[in-house]
Amino acid sequence: MPSTLIEKYFRTDKLPQIWCPGCGHGIITRSIALAIEKAGLDKNKVCIVSGIGCSSRAPGYLDFNTLHTTHGRALAFATGIKMAQPDIKVIVIMGDGDATAIGGNHLIHACRRNIDLTAIVYNNNIYGMTGGQYSPTTPKFDKGTTAPYGNIDKAFDICNLAASAGATYVGRATAYHANLLTSLVQNAINNDGFSFIEAISICPTYYGRKNKKGSAVNMMEWQKNNAVNISAASKLSPEALEGKFLIGEFKNSPEPEYTGEYQKIIDKLKKER
Amino acid sequence: MKSKVRLMQGNEACVEGAIAAGMRFYAGYPITPSTEIAELSAEKLPLLGGRFIQMEDEIGGMAAIIGASLTGVKSMTATSGPGFSLKQENIGYAAMAEVPCVIVNVQRGGPSTGMPTSPAQGEVMQARWGTHGDRPVIALTPSSVRETFDLTIKAFNMAEKYRTPVILLMDEIIAHMREKVQLPDSSEIEIIDRKRPNCCSEEYLPYKPEGDLVPPMADFCTGYRYHVTGLVHDETGFPSNSTAVADELVRRLVNKVEMHKDEITFWEEENTEDAEVIILSYGGVARAAKSAMKALRSKGMKVGIFRPITIWPFPEKRLRELAEKVNTIVVAEMNLGQMVLEVERICNNIAKIERLNKVNGEIIYPEEIISKIEEVL
Repeated sequence: MPSTLIEKYFRTDKLPQIWCPGCGHGIITRSIALAIEKAGLDKNKVCIVSGIGCSSRAPGYLDFNTLHTTHGRALAFATGIKMAQPDIKVIVIMGDGDATAIGGNHLIHACRRNIDLTAIVYNNNIYGMTGGQYSPTTPKFDKGTTAPYGNIDKAFDICNLAASAGATYVGRATAYHANLLTSLVQNAINNDGFSFIEAISICPTYYGRKNKKGSAVNMMEWQKNNAVNISAASKLSPEALEGKFLIGEFKNSPEPEYTGEYQKIIDKLKKER
Repeated sequence: MKSKVRLMQGNEACVEGAIAAGMRFYAGYPITPSTEIAELSAEKLPLLGGRFIQMEDEIGGMAAIIGASLTGVKSMTATSGPGFSLKQENIGYAAMAEVPCVIVNVQRGGPSTGMPTSPAQGEVMQARWGTHGDRPVIALTPSSVRETFDLTIKAFNMAEKYRTPVILLMDEIIAHMREKVQLPDSSEIEIIDRKRPNCCSEEYLPYKPEGDLVPPMADFCTGYRYHVTGLVHDETGFPSNSTAVADELVRRLVNKVEMHKDEITFWEEENTEDAEVIILSYGGVARAAKSAMKALRSKGMKVGIFRPITIWPFPEKRLRELAEKVNTIVVAEMNLGQMVLEVERICNNIAKIERLNKVNGEIIYPEEIISKIEEVL
């Protein structure tokens, strides 16, 4: 029996989803649904937009106004929706390659504008849908089908990228830290501006297998053992932080939102006439 | 009451037409020679409560207008050669997902960066085949400032009526030319809006066509929660791997324009009744063709003109009828022979076809058309 959350927010006739056994994407998608529930949004006023890749299939399972766009362009489609109808709450689901390689330009500019979109990147460190090629978040020296001798590209820290490009809310959690993820997404939804959440997923099928990371359970344990919440990190020595990665809320600094600023122009012109 | 006579540029007439048609969202990227369309949209839209955004690139501009149109807002973008190339993937998306929108392409010299401020007509075939896969295409080509106004409205109306992207294929001559125009009063303008569903949300099938092969379209976030994708999808809107569904979908998309070809396809002809020679041209070149025809007529030569206004779908039926009556069709275009391929397909072995082509960034002059005709007759 599906849970009440699934009954309420998922298109149950479309389940089970297409993701591989052990994939972290289902956990992340559930966290998003729970965050929407907690934020108290009206299903009819929420639009979920995605690009292309494994992550981009999520909106198909979610019972909202859903838009599966072209590779890398989800934020640009979402920008059109938000500009045309600022009352719509727009949540954008992307993959790591989708958001930061082919869609990198749209990402930094959506951040810069501080347009009210909630962007969530399902980061599995690989191009999964096409069969395991290295992405901008594949760790250096790890393998992919297009990096058979190890990847020599340096990986992006995509939260740093989003924060420095101007996103006003930024956070990171993992599939293991699903409760944290839910609260970050909820805060992101409530931020009137561009919010960026990196949800670190696991891809046991491609990334895991290529890089000998063990089973899905092993990969989740790795997330549990190596993530350090930013609130705890300041109390730890550099040695204790060696090889760890940060999770938690990295930035929460509201600024005037883009469509609101545009509305001010419309209102001013109206008054002057 | 008619508005006063104004001196207006082609790009300006395009924006006036778009606003008259109901455009309330524009997204684009600056590019010569279409930039005035963006500038004027930026100025005028907020005055009407509409919105303008300068996107980070051409691809984003195309994507944003699709997103905006899904919410029910009439949307447009404008670009030129290099930008038109960049927009192609998402033009295909709009065709596949059946999202009404208007794409203006002001043609300049190509290929690549080419000659940014010079006229050309190099995108006739790109407008038809630029995106991958088979898809419906409607492309209109104005040859005066006033016609730019009228065709921009038609482009919106057709986009709405058939739920498809419509391309307004201008050229730099028309875009930057200034002419005296008198725009019609809004009461004289026919405006068409997309069909919206009459049924309740539970019964709504977003891609179930009606008799005209066009499915009613619900605005996003108005209670009809549905899915939109560029994947092959069935009438529910969800992806399908069925070969039967794929076949039915692609054929319907193409046929919904094909079956309305007679309402979509417009042309102009003059002096074709007794013509032995027809000059076939479009856009800016059609103006030179008209002068050439007049000059040759005054010398007693039986010359007529045929000007496709809708270039896709091509006015095939009428051209074939004319080809039966004339000896020669001279196709004059600012490319190395694009529309002539269609003319040859339609008229081969019926009439003699002659090409007049120019790709040096200059317009085709009436004298060049005159000497071509004198040479071939």
